[in-house]
Formats: sequence, C-alpha cells, structure tokens
Amino acid sequence: MNEHPVNLSPAVADEIRKTTCYMCACRCGVDVHVRDGRIRYIQGNRDHPVNKGVLCAKGSAGMLHLESPARLRAPLLRTGPRGSGQFEEISWEQALRTASDWLAETRKRNPKRLAFFTGRDQSQALTGWWAQQYGTPNHAAHGGFCSVNMAAGGIYSIGGSFWEFAQPDWERSRMLLLFGVAEDHDSNPIKLGLAEMRRNGARIISVNPVRTGYSAIADSWIGITPGTDGMLILSLVGELIRTRRIDADALRQRTNAAWLVRQGPPERAGLFARNEDGKPLVVDGQSGQLTAYDAPGVIPTLGQDAELADGERARTVFSLAVEKYLADEYRPEAAAEITGIPAARIRGLAAEIARTAFEEAYEVDHPWTDIQGTRHPTTLARPVAVHAMRGISAHANGFQTCRALHLLQMLLGVVDCPGGTRFKPPYPKPVEAHKRPGKPQQPGQPLTGPPLGYPLAPEDLLVDDAGEAVRLDKAFSWEAPLSAHGMMHAVIPNAAAGDPYPIELLFLYMANMAWNSSMNTPGAMQALTEVDGNGEYRIPKIIVADAFASETVAYADLVLPDTSYLERYDCISLLDRPIGEPDLIADAIRHPVVETRGDVRPFQDVLLDLGSRLGLPGFNDRSGNPNWKDYAHYMAMREFRPGIGPLAGWRGAKGDLSGRGEPNERQLQQYIDAGGFWTEKLPREALFFKHVNAAYQEWAVKIGLIDAPAPFMLQLWSEPVQKFRLASLGFGDCQPPERLRRRIQEEFDPLPVWRALPDAGSDEFPLHAITQRPMAMYHSWGSQNPWLRQLHADNRLYVPAEICAEAGIADGDWAWLESRIGRIRVQVRRMQAVNSKTVWTWNAIGKRSGAWRLHPNAPEARNGFLLNHLIPDRDAGGSMANSDPITGQAAWFDLRVRLRPAETPGSEPRFSPQPDPPGLPEAPSELRYGREWTR
Amino acid sequence: MTSLPASTDRRLGLVIDLDICVGCQACVVNCKAWNTGGYGAPLADSEPWGENPSGAWLNRVHGFEAGTGNAAAIIHFPKSCLHCDDAPCVTVCPTGASIKRSEDGIVLVDEAKCMGCGLCAWACPYGAREMDPAEGVMKKCTLCVDRIYNENLPEIDREPACVRTCPANARHFGDFDDPDSPVSRLTRERGGVDLMPEQATRPVNKYLLPTERDGAAKLEADGFNLADYADREPHGILAWVDRALERI
Repeated sequence: MNEHPVNLSPAVADEIRKTTCYMCACRCGVDVHVRDGRIRYIQGNRDHPVNKGVLCAKGSAGMLHLESPARLRAPLLRTGPRGSGQFEEISWEQALRTASDWLAETRKRNPKRLAFFTGRDQSQALTGWWAQQYGTPNHAAHGGFCSVNMAAGGIYSIGGSFWEFAQPDWERSRMLLLFGVAEDHDSNPIKLGLAEMRRNGARIISVNPVRTGYSAIADSWIGITPGTDGMLILSLVGELIRTRRIDADALRQRTNAAWLVRQGPPERAGLFARNEDGKPLVVDGQSGQLTAYDAPGVIPTLGQDAELADGERARTVFSLAVEKYLADEYRPEAAAEITGIPAARIRGLAAEIARTAFEEAYEVDHPWTDIQGTRHPTTLARPVAVHAMRGISAHANGFQTCRALHLLQMLLGVVDCPGGTRFKPPYPKPVEAHKRPGKPQQPGQPLTGPPLGYPLAPEDLLVDDAGEAVRLDKAFSWEAPLSAHGMMHAVIPNAAAGDPYPIELLFLYMANMAWNSSMNTPGAMQALTEVDGNGEYRIPKIIVADAFASETVAYADLVLPDTSYLERYDCISLLDRPIGEPDLIADAIRHPVVETRGDVRPFQDVLLDLGSRLGLPGFNDRSGNPNWKDYAHYMAMREFRPGIGPLAGWRGAKGDLSGRGEPNERQLQQYIDAGGFWTEKLPREALFFKHVNAAYQEWAVKIGLIDAPAPFMLQLWSEPVQKFRLASLGFGDCQPPERLRRRIQEEFDPLPVWRALPDAGSDEFPLHAITQRPMAMYHSWGSQNPWLRQLHADNRLYVPAEICAEAGIADGDWAWLESRIGRIRVQVRRMQAVNSKTVWTWNAIGKRSGAWRLHPNAPEARNGFLLNHLIPDRDAGGSMANSDPITGQAAWFDLRVRLRPAETPGSEPRFSPQPDPPGLPEAPSELRYGREWTR
Repeated sequence: MTSLPASTDRRLGLVIDLDICVGCQACVVNCKAWNTGGYGAPLADSEPWGENPSGAWLNRVHGFEAGTGNAAAIIHFPKSCLHCDDAPCVTVCPTGASIKRSEDGIVLVDEAKCMGCGLCAWACPYGAREMDPAEGVMKKCTLCVDRIYNENLPEIDREPACVRTCPANARHFGDFDDPDSPVSRLTRERGGVDLMPEQATRPVNKYLLPTERDGAAKLEADGFNLADYADREPHGILAWVDRALERI
C-alpha cells in the first residue's frame, strides 16, 4: 500500500542569501532561499540576535511582495488633475532633473518651504542629514504619530525606553508587566520571550483594554479603560510607597531620588541645588553635609531637607514624590473609579509586584564595579520586567504615563538589573548626550544641527520672537516642546492651511498620508487637492517615493519608484534604530538578494543623487563629483566622526576592527559573508546597571558609542520639564505665548502625573475607540500580499456584548460609528474579552477602492474600514494638533465615539475608485507560486 | 477503498501548545511558503488581488472566544492534519490516492491518483483537507515529508516548516512511539489530549490545553493584599521616610 514514491530530498535552493527582513520594523535576520533567480522560500536566520531562527507570517510571505501588480515600475509625472491618477512614465534623468529643479528653487528662496517627511525611519541618519544640509527644519520620520511618548518618556527618565532601547530580561524575570502592547512591537522577540517566561513558570500580566494576542495568553488580564494607565501605575506607586516596598539603595545609588530640589527663589524653584561646579547636591547621611551627589564615599539621604548656602530651603526628590503619590487622588479607590479596575485588584497587583521584586530577589554571580569605584561581588536580581508600547503612548497624557511607568521601575530598582528590563547598547544614554534640534540659518546654509533632538530648556525650542512655531508641524514649539520625533501628522493639515506658513514642496517617502497614516483621512485627502483663490494647489508640489501604488501615490506630482527590501542595500545602524540585545551590540545590513524588477531605484541612492545635484554641503568632493557612488558606498565609506561610520563591524583598512576604525572598502562583503549582521558580546562585568557601570562606560568609549564616559543617574524628577514650567510661570527670557501659558504650567510636572484625557467624561460620545495592529499585517504594506490579505481582507468593529445588547445590535449587523468629526459604517463583531467602554478594530485593513491594485470591490474596500476617518486632526478648540501637549505624539487612542444600528450594509465612507498608474500589469486571476519547483 | 497499515514503524506528529499560541499565523504562512514550492502541486490562490481572495492552505489558525467579564478569554487554535492512526480520509478514498505511510505514519495524497472527488475531506472530522482551486487535487499537511528527511537541509532544519518558524515555540515535532522524544514527554507531562476523541480516529497529533488563567479572582484569593502591611500606615511624610530608611 505504500507504493507512493516520494522524493524525500528535493533540491531546496541554489543559494541561501542572508539579509534583514523589512516586512515590518522588527528587523529579523532572514535566510532567503534563491532558486533559478527567484525566491523559493524565506526562513528565519538561526544565528541572528533578533529572531534566533523564527519568522512571523509577514516575513514568511516576503517573496510575494515582488509579485505584486501594484509595484511601481518607472518614474511618473502627473499629467491630469492631482488625484486623478493621470501620469506619464518618464525617465530617471527627467525625474531627477525635475526633482532637483524644484528642490533647488525652493532652497534658494526659502529652504523652510520644503517639508521632507519619511514614513519608515531606518535610514534616518541619512535622511536627517540630508534635510540638515538642505537647510529645512521641516523634516522628521513617523515617530511623532507612532510612539514618541514612549521614546521621550524613556529618554528623559531613564536614558532609554523599550524595544530598540531595552527589553525584558526574559531569562531571569519572574513577572512581566505588559502595558498597551498589541500584537506587534516588538514582533518575534516578544513571542520568543513570552514562551521562555512560560517555560520558566514566570507570570505574565497584561494591562490592555483588549484581550487578544499576547494578552490572550497572559496569566492575568487587566482590561483597563483606555487612557487611564497612568492612574493605575501611579496608584501602584502610591501603594508601594505606602507599604514601603521600594528599593531605597537603588534609589540612592542609581537615581536622582536623593538630589535636593530648590524650594526658592521662585525663578529657580524646582531646579536642583548645585555646587559651584554645577553638580547636583545631596545631604550626606554620615556627615550631614551638603555634598555633590557623586562625591567619593557619599551616602545620600533620601528624606532630609536642607538649607542651602543662599539661605533657601531644598527638599529631596524622594520626599516630594512621597508627598505627591500618597495623596488621596492616587488611592486605589480613586483609581478604581477612573480605570475601571477594582481597588482590591490594584492592591493585589501592587502586593504581587512587591512580593516578586523583593521576596523573589536573588544574587546573581556577576561582579561589577560602579563608577565611583566600589566593587560589588554580585548583582542583585529583582525579577520584575516591564514592557509597554503604543497603547499607553498614543494618548494626550502619554508622556507622563510613560514617565510614570519608568518611575515604578525606578522605585522597585528594576531598571537594567538582572530580571528587570535591560538596556540594549547603544542605550542607555542620558538625555544630555542627545543633540538639540538644529536651527535654520540663511538660505543655502545647513541647519545648525540635525532637525530632530531633545530640548533641555526653552532656549532649545524652534520658535520665533513671538514664541510661535518655526517648523511647519509646530514641533519644538510651545504647542509641543519636547516633540523629539517631529509631528508628521500635522504636516498636511498645516501645509494646506498655510499655518504657520505655506510651503512650496512636500516630499514624502514611504508614508501613506492620504490614507491610514493620517488622522481625519477625508480632511487629508482634501488638503492634498485644495486650491487657493487663483486655482493653484495650496500644496503646490508633491513628490512621493514609494514602491507600490498606495493611496498616497495618487496625489503625487512626481513619483520616484523605490525598490523592495529584497533588492537593495540598507543599513540598520547603531546611529538609527539598533538591533542589539542586552548582552551584545549588533548592527546589520540589507543587500540585494534578487535582481531588481522594473526601472526602479533604492530611495537612498536617489537621495544621495539629489544631494549631489543640489550641491548640498558634504555630498560632493572639491571638484563637484559625488562623494559616494551609491548608498552601499556611503554605508561603507561615510564617516560621522573620525573612525565612526554607519556600520560598526569590520572597520579599519584590514577590516579587523570593531566600532572605531577607518572606512573599509570591503566592509559590506564582510557583512554579507557573516550573514548580514555584526555582533559583539559585552564584557561580562558590563551587563547590568550600565548607566553607572564602570566596565560598561569604558567599553562604550572603546567601541565608539561615546567619546568619554557618560554615566548618569535615572531621573525621577525631570529638571528639563521643570524648566518649561518655570517659563510658564513667567521666568526666563524665552516665554510661551499667553494662550499656552496655563497649559504648559499644568502639563509640565517634573514628577509623573495622570491627567484626564481632553474628551473624558463625554456623554455625547460615551465609548472609547482604539485600533490594534494584527500580527500578520503591517500598516498597509501587507494589503497587496495575497497570502496575508487572505488572513485579514476586511475588518469588523469589536463591540462589548453589553453595548451590543443596549444598542440592539447583533453579531454581524452593520452599525454607524460616530465621532465629533464624522461617521463611518462598520460591521459589528460581538466580543466579551474587551473593556466594557471600548470598541476596537484592526488597524489599516480598510483600503480605498482601487488602491494597491486590488479589485475596486475587494473586501478591503467593500467591508473594510478605517477608524482614521473619525479621528480629529485638531484638538477640541480646533487650533492645535490632536496631540500630547508635551511631545506632540498623535493622540490616536483618545478617540470617543457612539454607536447606533445601520439599516443597510457596506462600509462607508466610500471614495471614488482610485485609478491605476499607467503601465502596471493586469492583476492575475490565479497565483500558483512555486509551480516551477513542484512536480 | 484504501486500507490503513496494521501498524507503522514510527508515529511522527506534532504537539501543539494552546497555552502559548498567540495566534500570530507564522506557522500558517510559513507552511504555505514552503509547501507551495514543495510536495505535489503548488498551493494555488484564486483572485489573489481580487474581489474574493481564497486559496489552499495546509494549516490554519482559528480564534475562539470563551467566558465573560474578566474571565473572557481568546483561544488560538492551529489546525492541520492530525495524521490519525485510524484515518477515515484514507479508508474512504476510492482511488488509493489517500495513504498512510507504514514507515512513519504520515498521511499523504498521491496526487497522480487523486481525482478530486472530495470524499476524504468529507470524511475528515477536523476539516483538515482542502481542495486545490487550480489543480483540483486534495491538499493536506505532509508533515513536511520533503523537509524532515531532506539531506539537502542541515540536520537541525529537518523538521516541519511550522515548527521551525513558530516564534512562540508552541509547536513540537517528533516520534510518539519513542517514549523519550520531546513530543512524548510533553504529552505525558502536560497531559496532551486528542482532538475530538469521540470520533475514534486516534489522531497522532496532540494538543496541550491552555492552563487556567486566574483573572482577577486568583490575585485576590492569593492573599497578596496589604493586610500584612496595615500597621505600617505612615504618620506624615518625614516619619515615613525615616522609618523606611531604618527598615531598608
């Protein structure tokens, strides 16, 4: 009966090429199996530090990106009205000449009139430098509408946040607190880590309004009301303080808890008391004297007030914190009202956290030496790890919520300890080690620094004499002073409104701003085509670089077609979004693993070409020839400081140096030979408490992360934040406009606070509405992937069962979902495992009819929908972006809605089908991928 | 009718751990990617960019919701052929195309003999077989028979694609006849179960069920409440700080 012969050892590949995935931002290593010049199969690279061999659904489907009929194949110039889809194919020479003519004119007149924004940000070291040399401050990547609250909250508090910056110590943790983490961010590493924790018997606690994905397998699910995480966290903080379950040694030795905060004079109140060298002061517990916090042998007291030399009083950060968080407003009973979590449960969680941190603490055999030279024979593990993402950051109170979470970590002593959340080099870095945002100079001159940075004081803002914004998106203005990632979501509305000024040229790379990456999508679409009294477009010229016929490409005047990630060089640099692990430093490349299809070019090559044509400083040699022939050449040869370039591996003439070393012509080949990445282990003594670890600091200097040791204390009290508050109180030369004075004063609390969301308590719109990203789909990119779209071809609105019952809506019914700016028609799926005041859906599944070369009646357009149509791009007053008032983070998840039954089916709104760009192939009616290799 | 072997030399199969499956679909897509260029006809997709995209898959993950309130839970349930010892899909096959291999127990379709009648899919109580929309032959999990013995692959990679790619380590492959194999041990230690045992198909694959999730109840019942610390209620901040410092 077994007469069926099977070839058990068929050939698999002619060659396996190892590169870095880009099906999402996780940056896993992949083994691309190439056969007959095509991709037979993609698997995870077992040696790679990020994914260790595994690979998600997206990465596994990568080869179908190449098959997409939506792939652009040549540069396009608009011939009909904008948005009509009428283009002609043009040559690259014509495209580059057109682009550089437009760019040159604007640069000569007023470089600020160029807004250059990129959706993907893995070449930001190049794009940021290009913008700087061009002289426009109007540049950023997508961080402002992604998770800048998480990043900035982390950088200002503990010198780094999560994901690229730090990750749970999966191996040693006994408890993981996951806040607001949806299905992705970080993709494979979290799944690997959760599995490891489960094997170890550690507990996973998920705080999330929705119990899907990681929350589904958590030991405990806390279905919090959106936007109230800060209250829960600070209530936990209050309980830990009340019960004295805090790590006083960690606070004294590794944080600024003992630093003295001036109580006067008024213009300096809230700043640290400092000695003549500018060093913050503490009271030494042995001598009772005021002493620099890092003086040898000092044992700072946490609670003792002091009188300063000038007669003013000072209090420790810690005593100010104790006073704040013991207040009734953070009592569990008060928090229960707000968060929807019973007080007993909050107390139970606080006690469980404390029990794990203190009673399950243990010594790890890792001797280390702190920066004051004290030798520690072991390292104390406190096995409570934390990870958080956009769920807590995409709110108008997100910066302070993220800070609150770091405060909780600091009080427990679980920052970069064994079992805690551990930093990944090049993090941690004190906020002072980051640059300040560069300021514009005369036309033709570069900015004084990179366009993005971390302000330390009002003087670092980009504001004019009236205190108003210099940037188009109003980042680094008083509307959003610490907007370290810019505010891409404000670019199109502001440009169309000419507020604060009109622009001439909008240059977008890989950002779907005409659809799922904008708030108030109909408004964005209108803004892109709006004309002034003379019939001229309010945004006169638009250049879009992308690989696919996205919704945004339809609005371009000039389209620069990009390659896929499998056809290009890329650089996953330590200067950008690094891929290290807590125990090792790493960077990686992409390189072409298949031949490029179509007349398309990697965007970075194009950007270098444009830089050279424009003659931007640094792009050409003395005789006017380009310094680099393409991006690959740039990756190997560019030097930022002597010996420091985009890639840290195989430096030096012989290619045998790490970190520091002169450029190496053969560097990329050495990366390719090594599997596409470089990695080096940290010294054993450098693994923990890196911010105060002598061995780490020494190693970081050696490898070139820093040029001199930069140890620092974790910041419970944020002095930069207080400086903005002092300005709002009328102190200092750089003053906020009157209209914002009160807001700055309220929001800029140097200790983390929880503030109700702007629309909280709305009776008219009683429900919260949020999105999550599914694990198998990344933004809109997956939509043209036949395998991934079979998993998520349309989306439903998930509605709590009680709300369905109240509204008379059954599972599968259609309903109108309304917000203060509009309504959409959606299909309902009844659900139990969701917060009782929250509805949600998958992000970026709904498509504009005809976009991405899908059938105009595809499920994505027919039944899919975007919540974006309902999300206001302005605050309730209508004058400012719908953003966190501190960082400008897009407040996606502050959306309030109401729900009522609809009589007819089908998603609404519908827009006219988007026409195809010319010259694209017909979409095949059948796909039999791999046919040539089967028998 | 096709007969089943009286016994097989080995019983290869999967253990699927529902306690850690997050429903990410990695196994689903990686399976398709490997197998569409592997054993038998490609796994075709109709209307790949069209109005009603659909295709043949050897493995799918379904999500179910159970319970209410804080106890409401989502279960992710990956489903593929279970390579049953008493496989009704084999005995029902009129052409001898559906077979169970005597050497390892893998259930395969000999596509040269398959006439696409669909009886086997009808007989399978698990819905684990899918008709290929282009070729008209029945497709099913092969346990990556072209990987697990493949001498062109490094030994470490000779396992099914779904197992190799699973980021949550929720899938395990091995010989259930070997009591020391990881799959046997996991089944023993974690109480692996048959899917729908009442169907008497004697599936080889086993499922590990989700462990009890505590919800709120356990946290509170565990007694990690603040009663232990009630006598430490502070009297003023400075008193608090002093006492805290004494204690720690």
